[in-house]
Amino acid sequence: MNPAAPAAGPLPDPFPRRIWPRVMWVALSVYVIYACAQMDISWERLQIGLANAAKFFSRLFPPNFSREDLLVKGLLESLEIAVLSTTLGITLALPIGLAAARNLMPPWVSWPARAIIVMARSFHPVIVAILFVKAVGFGALAGVLALTVASVGFIGKLFTEAIEEISLKQVEAVRATGAPFASVLAYGVMPQVFSRFIGFGTYQLDSNLRNSTMVGIVGAGGIGGTLFAAFQRFDYDFVCAILLSIIGLIMVGEVLATAVRAIFIDNATLGDLFRKRSKIPRERVLEDD
Amino acid sequence: MLELRHLSKSYVAGKPVLIDINLEIAARGITSIIGPSGTGKSTLIRCINRLVEPTEGEILFEGADLARLSGAPLRQARRHIGMVFQEFNLVERLTVMENLLSGRLGYVSPWRAWRRKFPESDIRKAYELLDIVGLAGFAHRRADALSGGQRQRVGIARAVMQEPKLLLADEPTSSLDPKTSVEIMELLAGVGRAREIPVLINMHDVELAKRFADRVVGMSGGRVIFDGAPVYLTDAILKQIYGGENWLQ
Amino acid sequence: MESAAIGAPPVAQRRWTRFARAQRLTRFMVYLVIVAAIVASLRTIEVIPEFLYDAPEQMVDLFSRMWPVDWSHYPETVHEALIETINIASMGTLLALVLALPVGVLAAHNLVPFTPLNLFAKLILVSSRSVNSLVWALLFVGIFGPGALAGTLAIAFRSIGFVGKLFGEALEEAAPGPIEALTATGAPWWSRMNYGYWPQVKPAFWSIALFRWDINVRESAVLGLVGAGGIGMALDSALNLFQWDRVALILFAILIVVIIAEVVVTQVRKRMI
Repeated sequence: MNPAAPAAGPLPDPFPRRIWPRVMWVALSVYVIYACAQMDISWERLQIGLANAAKFFSRLFPPNFSREDLLVKGLLESLEIAVLSTTLGITLALPIGLAAARNLMPPWVSWPARAIIVMARSFHPVIVAILFVKAVGFGALAGVLALTVASVGFIGKLFTEAIEEISLKQVEAVRATGAPFASVLAYGVMPQVFSRFIGFGTYQLDSNLRNSTMVGIVGAGGIGGTLFAAFQRFDYDFVCAILLSIIGLIMVGEVLATAVRAIFIDNATLGDLFRKRSKIPRERVLEDD
Repeated sequence: MLELRHLSKSYVAGKPVLIDINLEIAARGITSIIGPSGTGKSTLIRCINRLVEPTEGEILFEGADLARLSGAPLRQARRHIGMVFQEFNLVERLTVMENLLSGRLGYVSPWRAWRRKFPESDIRKAYELLDIVGLAGFAHRRADALSGGQRQRVGIARAVMQEPKLLLADEPTSSLDPKTSVEIMELLAGVGRAREIPVLINMHDVELAKRFADRVVGMSGGRVIFDGAPVYLTDAILKQIYGGENWLQ
Repeated sequence: MESAAIGAPPVAQRRWTRFARAQRLTRFMVYLVIVAAIVASLRTIEVIPEFLYDAPEQMVDLFSRMWPVDWSHYPETVHEALIETINIASMGTLLALVLALPVGVLAAHNLVPFTPLNLFAKLILVSSRSVNSLVWALLFVGIFGPGALAGTLAIAFRSIGFVGKLFGEALEEAAPGPIEALTATGAPWWSRMNYGYWPQVKPAFWSIALFRWDINVRESAVLGLVGAGGIGMALDSALNLFQWDRVALILFAILIVVIIAEVVVTQVRKRMI
């Protein structure tokens, strides 16, 4: 078809109408109407809620930081849960992730390992926390165990993917020197995946920090329990203080994670970190929750 | 038509890239700017339509000093200056027709542009231009499906869609093979003559410059050191432009 | 033999170390801090030994109560709750997409070269991400009462940070050349966004949307634990009544829904490429 222009008269359509986007928009609108009906969402409920919201917010502010020891205790516990679960998670994820790599391991090793990783990822940390609370009782241990499972699922999956993407040529080269398997791993496999592994690890620490503020709601320790209790007592100004502290803690966590990545992946020194930010190149994006 | 007075630019204080440039571009003709890399050719071209901010100087065009404009007046002034880029700078995922019509974005309200409601005269012009640049039938192809030469043709067509009073080209052929380069230069020169507008082209290929330009401006070390017809571009002068150690400061 | 480079020590005296001294020092300090953090955490974490020894027995007890799974319970409550869960996830994601677009644009410096606005937008995004969807759900249940409305808003507000951050990064990575060309034609800001940035980030946008929907399906399933609708509410009641066979059913149902969501996402992804 040659849409050349006649000097006068009707022109060929400059923008061919594509039907799919139209159909999608219509389908989307229909869905939205249906879903709002199913969930019983209406303007009235929103309006009532907004009126409530105003009252609610007035009770949130100003935030009440007076119960510091309770606050700090909760935050510290969350921090501990995050640290321990990330450590334990990484420790377990390394061998499991390695075992699950199809390009390095025989199927009878890789399939069970992959199954473990999939199971670990399938359930929301809160659900796993509930189960662990039943098993080991209320408290931070349940939280640590629950987030360890989540960490193994996340780090294990990404670690396996990283290993399966490595260039086997480099591994062969090391093998050809007659090095034992451990050395092949250390010099052939690890250098290729190490920097990504640091990325996963720091991300998981942040993620566990975020989740550790929540597992307390089901009794698995951390500031979540404090938050929930305050909520049920209608201590909304304390709730606000807790929320602000959580946000602050996580912001600090993200800054530290970026710093650690810069140190280990880009070989920055302390001086580099404090000097102009331009020295630290953009980190690769990694979000999973 | 276009006058540059005492134009200077330093990206880093104390290391000027353009030093006191004074140039007058007449209302017609192909002017080619040559010089070694890093000598400020690209900066000069980009200062004219303020893609780069000049440090000092005046840029007189259509009765206004472009260096002093901002906001809506600047946008309106830019409408009258078309630009062709070395890397073509098309929007890859849009069709050729959409890329062409984006040359009219300075004239069409954002709302109508979003809904793709361009005036019929614009669409007619777009089809005509496609014919002129030799891409009839390509209207609905995606830009990233085109070859380099074809993309540059679209780039030229887009610039001409603006109905500019001045056409700028920043190394338009540097990413193209020799044969295509000649074709693109012919197209640029042809467009300039047909529409009777001045064309200012940055290039590093001296032979092309001599062949197509009516006037050559040679730069070295951030200054203009030659300005005249191509016949006067002797080897000695070329050596002065391109040779020597101090064209980098 | 002389070494070829003037000023370099003779070959025999050169040492190869992997990192320069300053880098080694920094790495060492990080290791130190990490180890200290782990040790400190181990010390202060409360572990009640009786519970720990009890644990295997408890787990066996738990699993024995979960089996056989109470399948009959499904049609009455679980099915409808699952539908509601998916709706919460989908509507929440849609709302988040709409809200995150402007925030993501504000956070991208190349689009909005006004740093205070960038920082403000980034603050919104960080806050959104730092608060768990479960905690958002608590808040919204407090404001709007229990039900799916609270759940949808919780999902939406949590997802704004995720979508906004990734979208903002996609915007910052857009090729500047075409934008330069559009600026040179005198196009106003909105047209530059529309013709220059949006075509470039569209694939990334849909990819992010799909990704977040997948995660949100998982998140929506547990919001009911604090009363924000969906299958979590059925889970909550079953837990409170210690009906472990129903709990098992619900967990199984959640697993199936999550798997289906993953399959859907993978298929759509393939078609999008």
